[in-house]
Amino acid sequence: MKVSAVITLKKDVLDPQGKVIQQALDGMGFKDINEIRQGKYFEIDVKENDPKKAHKIVEDMCKKLLANLVIEDYKIIGTN
Amino acid sequence: MKSSVITFPGSNCDRDMDVALKKFGFNNKMVWHNDNELPKSDLVVLPGGFSYGDYLRCGSMASKSKIMQSVINFAKSGGLVMGICNGFQILVESGLVPGVLLRNKYLEFICKNVFVKIENKDNPYFKNLDKDIFEFHIAHNEGNYFCTGDQLKEIEDNNQVAIYYCNNNGKTEEKFNPNGSLKNIAGIFNKEKNVLGMMPHPERMIDKSLSGEDGSLFFKNLINNIR
Repeated sequence: MKVSAVITLKKDVLDPQGKVIQQALDGMGFKDINEIRQGKYFEIDVKENDPKKAHKIVEDMCKKLLANLVIEDYKIIGTN
Repeated sequence: MKSSVITFPGSNCDRDMDVALKKFGFNNKMVWHNDNELPKSDLVVLPGGFSYGDYLRCGSMASKSKIMQSVINFAKSGGLVMGICNGFQILVESGLVPGVLLRNKYLEFICKNVFVKIENKDNPYFKNLDKDIFEFHIAHNEGNYFCTGDQLKEIEDNNQVAIYYCNNNGKTEEKFNPNGSLKNIAGIFNKEKNVLGMMPHPERMIDKSLSGEDGSLFFKNLINNIR
């Protein structure tokens, strides 16, 4: 079963890369941006077909390695 | 005095550290990341470099490598563990010192000499040093120290800040902060002060031909403190 997880910086953590990307887009004519925050996306194929259990496995991965919870939040966005 | 330097895939300051430790009298062993056991050591060093290609987050993969469980046990039993640059990133990722190291504020890789100020000498690394301001080298892309407000309060209450970025007179103002670090923090101790993580490289300042000898003062003093 495939499970996806998105890791983003917490709101109060500065994201200089997001800012630079925003400036570049602005320079290209995309003037309608309030803010850009860059994150990471993981697609994980786990050997588990029960969605609840698969969700739990990936949540564990997020807590232990994929995210650093001092600065990042994780969101598991779907199983299929 | 026995020391161990851990080599991770992608470490590139491990041999410099080996040269520096041996020059000042340590009997140093190089230890591979995939080993399970640490040799008997008075000091363990996590060197600089780009362990595991800096994948995911700097230091995150190395912090889960086999040898790290022994390093964590050694630290928890009071052993001296020092992480320099990428070694500092590995220490924060392994939870041995608080906080994280973010991308430098202006997104530049910084490679230059800086001055740092030692705030507190009541620890095995800095006690007996007869000066407070040192010139060390930094070379990093992710050295922007950050922690939560609660963590900062705890760090300051316990005197866990090891060194601050400053100018040659010891002024710790924002303009002497190379990378955006919170409060100019360049290095941090754990609560017990036996674990030290810092971005500057003392091993790069151990010879006149390497633009300075402040690293020599640090290592000479360190081995005398351990003896």
